[in-house]
Amino acid sequence: MKLDRKEYLALSQKASPPSPSLKNVPAAFFTGGAICALGQFFKGIFLGWGMEDKAAGTAVSVTLIFLGVLLTGLRLFERAAKWAGAGTLVPITGFANSVAAPALEFKTEGFVLGVCVKMFSIAGPVLTFGISASVLYGLLLYLFGGAA
Amino acid sequence: MIYVKAFLVGGVICGLSQILIDRTRLTPARILSAYVVLGVALTGLGLWEPVVRFAGCGATVPLMGFGYTMAKGVSEAVMQQGLLGALTGGLTASAGGIAAAVFFSLLAAVIFSPGDRS
Repeated sequence: MKLDRKEYLALSQKASPPSPSLKNVPAAFFTGGAICALGQFFKGIFLGWGMEDKAAGTAVSVTLIFLGVLLTGLRLFERAAKWAGAGTLVPITGFANSVAAPALEFKTEGFVLGVCVKMFSIAGPVLTFGISASVLYGLLLYLFGGAA
Repeated sequence: MIYVKAFLVGGVICGLSQILIDRTRLTPARILSAYVVLGVALTGLGLWEPVVRFAGCGATVPLMGFGYTMAKGVSEAVMQQGLLGALTGGLTASAGGIAAAVFFSLLAAVIFSPGDRS
């Protein structure tokens, strides 16, 4: 069977179930909100330990990343993400999962070409764009003075 | 109070992202990349700092916060080191998170087995 692009899209749209957006959005709202509140809770603890604000922010990221990787390893993250969607993807836990999940999944393809290469399959573009954007911003600041 | 604000703002960002995902079928790699770049851009325009001041982790934990951290790092580094800072600032500021994600994931790959996905 030969299909052109339009026919294929029409077919795949018919075959894929309608996304239950009405349930997805509140699920993402509550999960994402809860993860951010959890981050705020950790930040309070770190500030209480006498960390300065910037260090406490980094410590919050590291803690949430640790939890994200751990839950990915225990295969609980995937289950939560199925329900929460963007609620687990958009916070920094989603970044952690995007590194840990392919690293784990491609373990069978070897340590170097599996784990180490594939862990950047999503993080790679994120880092490339993020770093490039920050360098561009730095150049603009250097050329046109401290606008920020 | 800051916990409520963090919850609400973080929740709204994730809820809006869910609508974006449902409507457009953007892949996670594209969404995550776009959000980091968006974070850099909004911080550069001076629009994200007020959100961070209002919502704390509600603005820094979502991936725009990653871009925010990079942009702030770059602007400090450019002030201190000039042109070289444009290259060093972003990664230096975000190094903790990146190193954590890479190292913990490596550990996880050693400890856990992939298993079949059911």
